[in-house]
Amino acid sequence: MSAASNSSNGEHVAPSAGAIEIRNVTKIYDPDGVNVLAVDNCSLEIAPTEFCVIVGPSGCGKTTLLNAIAGFHEITRGEIALDRQTICRAGYTAPPGADRIVVFQNGALFPWSTVLNNVAYGPIVQGKVPAREARARAQGLLDELGLSDIGDRYPGELSSGMRRRAEIARALINDPKVLLLDEPFRAMDALTKGVAQEFLLQAYDRVRKTVFFITHDLEEALFLADRVVVMTTRPARIKYVLNVDFERPRTFRVRSSRRYLELKREVFAAVRDEATKAFEAGERELA
Amino acid sequence: MSIVNFTKVRKSVFSPTTLRGIISVVCLLAAWELGRHYHLPFLGAVPAPSEVLVALDRIMSDGKFWDHWLTSFVRVATGFVAAQIVGIPLGLAMAMNRFTHSFVFPSLEIMRPIPPLAWVPTAIIFWPTTESSIAFVIFLGAFFTVVLNALGGARNIDERHIRAAASFGSRPWDIFWKIVLPATLPSIFTGMAVGMGITWEVVVAAEMIAGKSGLGYFTWASYVGGNYPQIIIGMISIGIAGYLSSGLIRILGNVLTPWQRRF
Repeated sequence: MSAASNSSNGEHVAPSAGAIEIRNVTKIYDPDGVNVLAVDNCSLEIAPTEFCVIVGPSGCGKTTLLNAIAGFHEITRGEIALDRQTICRAGYTAPPGADRIVVFQNGALFPWSTVLNNVAYGPIVQGKVPAREARARAQGLLDELGLSDIGDRYPGELSSGMRRRAEIARALINDPKVLLLDEPFRAMDALTKGVAQEFLLQAYDRVRKTVFFITHDLEEALFLADRVVVMTTRPARIKYVLNVDFERPRTFRVRSSRRYLELKREVFAAVRDEATKAFEAGERELA
Repeated sequence: MSIVNFTKVRKSVFSPTTLRGIISVVCLLAAWELGRHYHLPFLGAVPAPSEVLVALDRIMSDGKFWDHWLTSFVRVATGFVAAQIVGIPLGLAMAMNRFTHSFVFPSLEIMRPIPPLAWVPTAIIFWPTTESSIAFVIFLGAFFTVVLNALGGARNIDERHIRAAASFGSRPWDIFWKIVLPATLPSIFTGMAVGMGITWEVVVAAEMIAGKSGLGYFTWASYVGGNYPQIIIGMISIGIAGYLSSGLIRILGNVLTPWQRRF
């Protein structure tokens, strides 16, 4: 892991890759001839290595945006570029690739492979290094992230928190430009979630990738993000953007600071309307 | 990590459940023996366990008896393996490719409800030797279950696994061998276990009609020859043979899908 190893000196290497530009993106689903406007004219620029958290009610269209960046979905109008290169526009979607790795909701480790083989999967199928070396690198990364012991375990034997950590390791080994996380810590209990979030922050401090993180949990957003982008209920529009200026590396102590409370108050006030609207529309979950 | 956990085996052998099982079998045998002894209705006509044991003692040293076992095993293995070789790839192909599915599925569904035994006359006419007719009927017994389980398993693959694999740069080849196949293996083994049971039902019936050897033939010939204790020996042999074959499949399944083991 070249990217992982050159970060331990504390200096962050000037990043050159991982800029995402989302320009006027609209997505209309058309099931059975009924147009459903999922994303309405969204524009957002994410700087290289920025930790950008998208907050919005479940089903608001934020996952649609993530799927478009990942190459799983088409968009109806607009354009998405990664490092100035168009990866998504009407009628064209760049196929999924190792430069944009997704960590899925509820996790998607391969249950039939041990954690080590899961982590080594990317390098092995990419064929750049022999399988043995790929496994050695995977073990090295697991060691580095404090997951040495679970290499020979199957995902089914692990707790949800451990599985999520292993999955983050599986994403990082590919040295992606962008890490796409789709509510990765959803449905975890508060304590496990806290530990998993800190793990993600530590990993982020090591490798400094651009992160596109989706959640409906405002507190999680504040704790993790450089910038929080609040979206409206469907159709998804950008409602509110908040810069979060806590220093990194962050620990759980951030959450009891005065500044955190101020930001929390600010963002909660800003999204209150949206929460009410979502609530009345019968949608689930906002923060 | 050994495949057989001896502590667990010992615990399960000397457990209340085992004791109850033994009691159940002993009661059955006692009822049977006494029923014969006191000429109870229905049971009176059946040879008693003691008579069966005497007959068994005689027949165990007879090499022909074991030849019947071997013959049936070979037939089952042939038909069963053939069913896997044809059925698994066909099921997977149907799951992966809509064209294959729409082309094959209707014919398959028309043939599936036909009992394998109804194929016996056609099989005898169609195949050059009795042996191949019997193997074909056994093949049919396992085939449909195997196809449908492979198809169902491969169709139910979690879309996120496919997407994740695509993100990591998998070629279609990798997706098939490293995602679709392992994800489908548990259902394939379910199909195998069920299919194995059906093959034993079929082999016996096919041998009764068309064979000159095998456990099914042995059972039927004992009836025709009026050797009633031997009928019972034949029946129990078939039961044990089926149990052993399913056990083999289970062990194979445990070895090949280690992530499915309960910890």
